[in-house]
Amino acid sequence: MDASVYLIQILNSIQYGLLLFLVASGLTLIFGIMGIINLAHGSFYMIGAYMAFSLSALTGNLFLAILLGIILSVILGIVLEWLLFSRLYRREHLEQVLLTFGLILIFEELRSIIAGDDVHGVPIPAFLNYSIPLTENQSYPVYRLFISGVCLLIAGAMYLFIQRTRLGMMIRAGNTNREMAQSLGVNINLIYRLVFALGMALAAFAGMLAAPVSSVFPGMGNQVLILSFVVVVIGGIGSVWGALVAALLIGFADTFGKVFVPDYAGIAVYLLMAAILLWRPEGLFRRA
Amino acid sequence: MSEVLLEARGLHTYYGASHILRGIDFTVRGGETIGLMGRNGMGKTTLIRSLLRLVPSRHGELHVRGRAMTDAPPHAVARRGIAYVPEGRGIFPNLSVRENLVMAARPSVDGKRHWTLERILATFPRLAERLHHGGAQLSGGEQQMLTIGRALMTNPDLLILDEATEGLAPLIAVEIWRIIRQIRESGIATVIVDKNHSAVTAITDRNVILVKGSIVFEGPSTELRSRSDILHKHLGV
Repeated sequence: MDASVYLIQILNSIQYGLLLFLVASGLTLIFGIMGIINLAHGSFYMIGAYMAFSLSALTGNLFLAILLGIILSVILGIVLEWLLFSRLYRREHLEQVLLTFGLILIFEELRSIIAGDDVHGVPIPAFLNYSIPLTENQSYPVYRLFISGVCLLIAGAMYLFIQRTRLGMMIRAGNTNREMAQSLGVNINLIYRLVFALGMALAAFAGMLAAPVSSVFPGMGNQVLILSFVVVVIGGIGSVWGALVAALLIGFADTFGKVFVPDYAGIAVYLLMAAILLWRPEGLFRRA
Repeated sequence: MSEVLLEARGLHTYYGASHILRGIDFTVRGGETIGLMGRNGMGKTTLIRSLLRLVPSRHGELHVRGRAMTDAPPHAVARRGIAYVPEGRGIFPNLSVRENLVMAARPSVDGKRHWTLERILATFPRLAERLHHGGAQLSGGEQQMLTIGRALMTNPDLLILDEATEGLAPLIAVEIWRIIRQIRESGIATVIVDKNHSAVTAITDRNVILVKGSIVFEGPSTELRSRSDILHKHLGV
């Protein structure tokens, strides 16, 4: 194989890893800060993809569809937190798993009723629908580069939000000492609602971005959910930075596993997880 | 008399089946300095936590600046101008000194910013030296200064200090008392819990002694100091 094939696989790994990061970062925040195991997180990825499909068909513009989709998923996240998840903070993980597994079934059924069980494609916007030639017969689609760029922007924005804004400080403060944050006048319940909605919206946004390359199909959230949990566990629960590193590791393991050991590609990711957990049971970036 | 900042009537608080507070009436007026005394386990911290709504009370009423807050969440009580320096300090170890100070900063209830970051750093020069250190890297005395500074950044009308000098080296404790006096002189009302009773009565206007969740004495420092029977019986002095 010549170098351009490697380059393509590296770009694919990064794009896949960054997309996974978008989903997993919300999951790790919700798990790490609020202590909730949210199995329905993958459903939001699926919901995002279907919103991209139906809203872009409706409006004829993927970006308008994404904008509308983000607004809708934030609203859905707030309603779900208020209606269901706010009751789960002090409950056991088993109850959280039961409720959120139930939500997966409900969302899949609603998807089946509203959008049917067919596989759909979402067109790439015309101005991004071309490829950059690498060699005489190899080229790389610009839309995939676009996905990577947007994901990096979001990762940077999340870093600034958590590390530099007062709201970010309150989130971190509430994470270590919820009661103290409250007695300083911080409305921690409202902040949790916001974090929850943002986390869910990130998953949905990832689904919207991915829709044109992965197409839109039933059960698409489940595979992402499992991989996102792998990312959260490898990166260390609650660590956004850990999620970024872990997601990229997974992206490379999965992509190159498919190239070099196609027969075992399905387990490459899990072997990586097992090896890392043997080495660091708390994950790569678990805070003390 | 100045405005009533906080008024509790007939508070009863339980931890599980244990009846901790047994009908407490407690009032704080603007600018007042109150010593809250009693041996360990008599309900001082539970009373403070009930006033801040960090633990629910089963009976009784709580008013903060004339507004009923019997069922209010803790952040709402804090936002009516009450700040808390808890036992064990409660700094945020994963935030820097600066972040600890600015995270909850806000103007007072009447919209003024008496305490700014600059003023806090002038009051606590040691914090200025460690502005970008993590909260966990501070010494015990520095952590205590940080907790007090953080509380002042919310520009409170009432500051509640629970064992602010506990576990500190004597010289550092003297420094903390100096700061508490300074806060008092700036017009902020304070409720002080501290094992050093003579230091407390030296600056308080009024003192309250708790025994098994009830108030057994309430009066000015001059009266308390002359009542050696009470000091001996209830405080072991």
